[in-house]
Amino acid sequence: MNWLLGFYRSTIGKKVVMAVTGLVLLGYLVVHALGNLLIFRGPEAINRYAEFLKANPPLVWGVRLALLAALALHVHAAWVLTRRNRAARPVGYERLARHSTTVSALSLRIGGVVLFLFIVFHLLHLTTGTVHPAFSPIDVYGNVMIGLSVPWVAGFYVVAMAALALHLHHGVWSLVQTLGFSHPHVEAARRWFGTLVAVLVAGGFVVIPLAVVLGLIR
Amino acid sequence: MKLTLKVWRQAGPHAQGRFETYEEPEASPDMSFLELLDVVNERLIRRGQPPIAFDHDCREGICGSCAMVINGMPHGPVRGATACQLHLRHFADGDTVVVEPWRARPFPVIRDLVADRGALDRIVQAGGYVSVGTGSAPDANAIPIPKDAAEQAMDAAACIGCGACVAACPNASAMLFTAAKVTHLGLLPQGQPERTRRALAMVRRMDLEAFGGCTNYGECHEACPKEIPLETIARLNRDYLAASLAEREPAGRGGTG
Amino acid sequence: MELNAQLPGGPLESKWDHHKFGLKLVNPANRRKHRILVVGSGLAGASAAATLGEQGYEVLCFTFHDSPRRAHSIAAQGGINAAKNYQNDGDSVFRLFYDTIKGGDFRSREANVYRLAQVSVNIIDQCVAQGVPFAREYGGVLANRSFGGAQVSRTFYARGQTGQQLLLGAYSALARQVERGTVRVLPRTEMLDLVVVNGRARGIITRHLVTGAIERWAGDAVVLATGGYGNVFYLSTNAKGCNVTATFRAYRRGAAFGNPCFTQIHPTCIPVSGEHQSKLTLMSESLRNDGRVWVPRTAGDGRPPGEVPEAERDYYLERKYPSFGNLAPRDIASRSAKEVCDEGRGVGPGGLGVYLDFSDAIRRLGEPTIRDRYGNLFEMYERITGENPYRVPMRIYPAVHYTMGGLWVDYNLMSTIPGLHVLGEANFSDHGANRLGASALMQGLADGYFVIPYTLGDYLARSPLEPVSPDHPAFAEVEAEVAERTRRLLAVQGTRTVDDFHRELGRIMWEHCGMARRAEGLRTALQAIPALRQAFWEDVRVLGTGEEFNQSLEKAGRVADFLEFAELMCRDALHREESCGGHFRVEHQTADGEARRDDDRFTYVAAWEYAGPDRAPVLHKEPLTFEHVHLSTRSYK
Ligand SMILES: Cc1cc2nc3c(=O)[nH]c(=O)nc-3n(C[C@H](O)[C@H](O)[C@H](O)COP(=O)(O)OP(=O)(O)OC[C@H]3O[C@@H](n4cnc5c(N)ncnc54)[C@H](O)[C@@H]3O)c2cc1C
Ligand code: HEM
Ligand code: HEM
Ligand code: SF4
Ligand code: F3S
Ligand code: FES
Repeated sequence: MNWLLGFYRSTIGKKVVMAVTGLVLLGYLVVHALGNLLIFRGPEAINRYAEFLKANPPLVWGVRLALLAALALHVHAAWVLTRRNRAARPVGYERLARHSTTVSALSLRIGGVVLFLFIVFHLLHLTTGTVHPAFSPIDVYGNVMIGLSVPWVAGFYVVAMAALALHLHHGVWSLVQTLGFSHPHVEAARRWFGTLVAVLVAGGFVVIPLAVVLGLIR
Repeated sequence: MKLTLKVWRQAGPHAQGRFETYEEPEASPDMSFLELLDVVNERLIRRGQPPIAFDHDCREGICGSCAMVINGMPHGPVRGATACQLHLRHFADGDTVVVEPWRARPFPVIRDLVADRGALDRIVQAGGYVSVGTGSAPDANAIPIPKDAAEQAMDAAACIGCGACVAACPNASAMLFTAAKVTHLGLLPQGQPERTRRALAMVRRMDLEAFGGCTNYGECHEACPKEIPLETIARLNRDYLAASLAEREPAGRGGTG
Repeated sequence: MELNAQLPGGPLESKWDHHKFGLKLVNPANRRKHRILVVGSGLAGASAAATLGEQGYEVLCFTFHDSPRRAHSIAAQGGINAAKNYQNDGDSVFRLFYDTIKGGDFRSREANVYRLAQVSVNIIDQCVAQGVPFAREYGGVLANRSFGGAQVSRTFYARGQTGQQLLLGAYSALARQVERGTVRVLPRTEMLDLVVVNGRARGIITRHLVTGAIERWAGDAVVLATGGYGNVFYLSTNAKGCNVTATFRAYRRGAAFGNPCFTQIHPTCIPVSGEHQSKLTLMSESLRNDGRVWVPRTAGDGRPPGEVPEAERDYYLERKYPSFGNLAPRDIASRSAKEVCDEGRGVGPGGLGVYLDFSDAIRRLGEPTIRDRYGNLFEMYERITGENPYRVPMRIYPAVHYTMGGLWVDYNLMSTIPGLHVLGEANFSDHGANRLGASALMQGLADGYFVIPYTLGDYLARSPLEPVSPDHPAFAEVEAEVAERTRRLLAVQGTRTVDDFHRELGRIMWEHCGMARRAEGLRTALQAIPALRQAFWEDVRVLGTGEEFNQSLEKAGRVADFLEFAELMCRDALHREESCGGHFRVEHQTADGEARRDDDRFTYVAAWEYAGPDRAPVLHKEPLTFEHVHLSTRSYK
């Protein structure tokens, strides 16, 4: 087991862990986004889905634990690497020209923080209802409709989704490299693949707050 | 042509550094950037002021000595060229040029533009070689090597150890340098026996030297005078991952009969 | 001083094997007790240090570079020779031996050169095993090219970076020994003098280039692999740091200097673009395969090349050497270029250049073919000059490239100071009066990997070496002298910069001791150099202190030594009243401008012994005998 620790201690090890946990989180998001989209099928559809989930505690808790672990590792690695990278350049440059660094790459850290805050808020909002004006444990549909009809809340959701889009745009491109796939063919594909994933996933989420605010669903 | 230089001056490793500005009225478009520094230095010496210290030797882009960030770009604006291969015709009359040393914790500044890049040597010492004693080699043609493999290995082996990749990387990471060496040997049959050991040892040393990690920004490749492909970093990641999975406690050294 | 080359007897083919068998071995258990000081980390130094470390000696490897990998060997482009005969084109150890002796114009030792040819094959095996990515055929076997006018294809290469790849191989072997703890590398450490105790080389004095600390190092033997001294001409294809200090200091301590005047000039370099020029860039000779060399017929013709009509162009090589034309050998091509420029027909800035014109080749073969053959060279040329050689003819001019001369060594690579061994370009070498292309890399690695590891052991095993510590008075003495020199350099506080003096020395040497040498010219130089040296010591300005990183001080020390050494070169050039290889005495040429050797009087190695500050050095002669090749004269008409 201590080889795993040693592996995780290395910079590359941490990056691999981030890539894998990132993938796990990403996987959840895909399922989650699809689930959320049921909302357009009306109250019954999504509530039935929610009940189905509630009826399977093992599944739900399994997923929750997996997510929690993944997120914890991902955030820890992010934290340690970020500190290390900052420390590696104590004196900055008077002038520094950037060529290949994308906005998405630069936004990883701040975007990550936004995502983290979002997740916390989001759980208190739609899972526990702690910060929800009129939370009902059985009416997910209602929770979303009411919850997101508050403008600043919807706004925050949209911002968070923007952060997610950027995060995935670099993240997906990056994890291919981190996990060591390097053939020129892969090279050619991964840029647009990253963009595609980012757009689909973040898009799949963001339509809901937008739809609610614009009153496309009621 | 006339150029204004804004150069980082630092008397010693522990001294406070600052920028000094120098005018050079008699620059010629045919000068290399290092020759410009020569001329500026001649002037400084005549004026009794300490000349600008900078590393250089071959002045044809192969030794990897010259190392300076010119207008925010390691080795300057010309792609695939070192500072010594940069000629003034790439600047406009009247330009102001900012010149700084490599900036990274593992590369402490010795003086002015001169930084200590010993960390790169130590990474190679950790395992950047094939352990073959003199005289114990089989005939050179005993092991055929596919032309493409040899060519790809050569692409990676072209690294001149200048450290521009570290200088350019927002994380001051030495991944491209390390990846180049690991890829060069990893692509050749001669490099296979130690492939696992090498990846582990070199990455460990790289981390020990306090370089940053790789966020896959890609700046290193842009700055690299030998245009070492980013693909090499993926190869390093792969080798390191595989090596970590395959690693075992070192087997017994054998009896001392 | 008597010169004993220690040449083994017996038939040529088995001299080395017999000799090796006769060499004493050091018991592996005792090797650790011997400390070897290797100065230099180029091909010769790195390969020697790595191999000696492998064998178990305690090795210290000094280099003034910040990393061993930056040694000047890194710049070698073309390739390395070896008698592998992989191309099955009739090559053999004997042919490589023969070509090298003939190429050296019969001024080198048969036994040494034969050994060189013999071990050349092991070098390639060793380098491939280290992972040197030599060029290959699709079948996976090694590719070869023919180089420097050899009729066989025996040159191994790694793109245009052969020296780099070979050095990285040796460097990696060195790195491995550092990790194993057998070798300690001391970068940014410059040897400033040699310490001789009871007639044996027992240590060196160094200056740490970062801290300025002057340090003493004691050992059982000293190995110099400090490279060539082409920079005595200021402008050369050598890296800026190349210098004569280590070998010249050893010479002053009693090591004979062999054939100092033998320098090689390369015909195809990029010409000087102005006073600011700091070094010259070599371009592969292969360009002459398709380029035509010409200058305007009339002196001072200022027109751009395109406007000079065919009739008013002088393709002088084709005119003077109809059969070889533009492919005339290095020295002939170089000399002819100088002649036309002296006639005021040179082109480009300062009139120091001749055209190398590809327009015919492009018309004949098409631009793609030319791009295919010389693309990277054309790029390099354009990067430096800003001119596009596909449109306007290239401008080229000869430049100093290599120095065949160096410290005299016997068959065991030991100088006239017992315990002082000299390898690579630093020794007077196996190349005689002229080096064949792709043979220097071969010699450096032969010396380091396959010769010194045997012969040094023999020296250590035979000589009773009493322990010597750095506290020995001899060290204190030499250290004091070194410190005093440094102090004096800083004390002058004159008005002229070091480069200023170096440039002037370069002009003198290029004019009088360059491609074509005349007695009176050399005499003029022998007047001018001491005068310049005196001016240097009275008027040089070196700022800063000795206790800091001070690049002007480093340069000043090296130039000071060049200023003394230059005199020795001219003296040697003056005494050698013949033309051979790279040494062309205008007085000694045939009616049609061919070099005329004088085998009756000069078939010997000139080994100069230092006789004291302002005394003329003493000439010693090592006669050369040729039993396996008969002395012939070349003709390229
Ligand atoms: C442009 C160019 C191209 C060439 N191409 C070819 C080619 O294609 N084929 C070929 O065979 N040859 C070629 N040569 C020649 C060949 O490269 C050299 O002769 C050879 O590399 C010399 O190797 P070396 O180990 O003897 O010395 P170097 O490689 O010069 O090493 C000298 C070492 O000594 C150290 N040193 C020197 N003085 C001191 C001191 N005082 N204190 C401490 N350290 C010191 C330096 O730091 C360096 O490490 C070329 C030369 C040039 C200039
Ligand atoms: C919402 C779920 C998240 C997903 C799907 C995700 C996904 C990813 C992916 C795929 C990568 C690329 C990994 C690699 O290059 O190998 C990545 C990198 C990164 N993530 Fe996340 N992430 C998420 C949340 C977070 C959070 C909450 C933080 C921070 C608090 C964060 C911070 C980072 C950082 C800093 C990096 C760059 C690491 C580096 O290369 O140096 N991420 N993320
Ligand atoms: C607009 C977009 C989103 C909407 C409408 C939404 C909606 C919901 C709802 C209704 C729940 C509660 C489900 C239940 O309790 O049965 C929930 C839970 C959750 N959401 Fe979201 N979500 C969105 C975006 C996100 C994002 C971007 C993330 C991650 C970065 C995320 C992570 C989670 C998590 C971790 C849970 C808890 C799951 C559990 O209870 O096991 N959600 N989401
Ligand atoms: S990878 Fe490129 S930039 Fe980095 S050291 Fe090698 S040559 Fe320089
Ligand atoms: S720029 Fe730095 S982050 Fe990685 S890809 Fe290059 S090392
Ligand atoms: S000086 Fe050698 S690479 Fe620039």
